[in-house]
Order: sequence, then structure tokens, then C-alpha cells
Amino acid sequence: MANLELPDALLVKNYVAGNENALATLIKRHESKIYGFIYSKISDRDISDDIFQDTFIKVIKTLKSSSYNEEGKFLAWVMRISHNLIIDHYRKTKKMPLFRETEEFSIFSIMSDDSPTIENKIILDQVEEDLKKLIEKLPADQKEVLVMRIYQDMSFKEISELTGVSINTALGRMRYALMNLRKVIEKHQIILTN
Amino acid sequence: MAKIYSNKAKIPKTMKPKREVVSFLLSYSKALSVIKIEDKSFEIIVN
Repeated sequence: MANLELPDALLVKNYVAGNENALATLIKRHESKIYGFIYSKISDRDISDDIFQDTFIKVIKTLKSSSYNEEGKFLAWVMRISHNLIIDHYRKTKKMPLFRETEEFSIFSIMSDDSPTIENKIILDQVEEDLKKLIEKLPADQKEVLVMRIYQDMSFKEISELTGVSINTALGRMRYALMNLRKVIEKHQIILTN
Repeated sequence: MAKIYSNKAKIPKTMKPKREVVSFLLSYSKALSVIKIEDKSFEIIVN
């Protein structure tokens, strides 16, 4: 008798006895019911495929270990396994929500990369280079204060101690340094933005 | 003629898993043997 005509219970028995074709028949017979059931709960083909696969892995393991009690309800049993796996899936995704890329929703709208692009890095390097050239053109006393403050991150108290001038003089030199830089930038219409 | 307002079923009746999934399961089944020794069971996968 062809496998296709045999009842589930007999196919299960044959499979446990070593007939691998019996499993193929069982899957073929019930795949659309089981898969349709999973898909109706999941609405995602890939995940449904995964759950379908996991369901039958459990079925195979249980049958091969002879721990299945045949009660003539093979389909109901498989459905119950898939139902439990669906619940497991939702438990997992609840902890870690799944975002899927759709036409209305792009994952990149909530994820962004803040690191500068190669172009931005090149522009930034260029700006730094131009600024250094401009600073070189400042009077020595102003340049000294500005470099200590901006590039060496020193306080005005430290600058005044190192250069031997008062804090007010250091502040004044810094102010003139910035004003002179602005003047040169405006005069030559230099763009120092990224 | 009367209009039908009911929605069509969203899930086609003929939905099936991918062929690769079924093929994997059949190969997995052929490769797997479960041996029970006392109360412990060992799964052996043949390459």
C-alpha cells in the first residue's frame, strides 16, 4: 500500500521502525495546515519557516527516542508543539523587539552613525590646517596665549604664571588674538566650517 | 448586484514551508539516531 493512503498512526509507527519515507509523507500531508497555522500567528515567512523547522525537529527527536505515545492525534500533537514554539518566539521578541524594514518604516530613521564621514574628516583636517596657518600670522604674544589656551588647554592663571604677565593681560591678548583672527578670516573670506 | 464587503482571507490556503526547510528536515531525520541508555538519551548525528 502506498504511503499516501496510510493513516497517520501507521505512518508514525513505520517511521519509528525506520521508514524515513513515512516522515516525508507526514510532512507533505500536514505541511500546509501546520505552516498556515504558524503564519497566521507570526505573519512573517522567514520566522514561520524557522518555527516550522523547529517544530519538526522536536517531532523527529521525540519519535526517534520512542517517547511519543500514539493516540491517533498526530496532527494535534504537532500543532501543540508549534503553538508552544510560537509562544516562545513572542516571549523572546518581547524582551528584544524586532524591527523589520518596510516601506513606511526604515530602521535607519532611529539608528544613525554619528562618526564623521571620510569627506568630513578631510574637510576638518583642512580647516585645522588653515587655522594653524592663520595663527602663525598673529603677533607672538597673542599667538603664545592662544596656543596655550586652545591647544594646551591651560587656564589663564597658568598662562599668566608661565608668560610672566597678569591674568588680565593674558585675557586681553587672547581677546586680541581672536579679534585679529576674525579680521583676517573676514578680509580673505575664508570659510572655516565643516 | 449585491456588493460583497467581506475581506478576502489574507492567508492563502496553499501556504507551504520552503522546499529547503522540508529537505533539511528529511536529511536531518536520516542523519539522526537517538540511543537510550537507562534513563539517558544520546543524540548522534551522522555526517
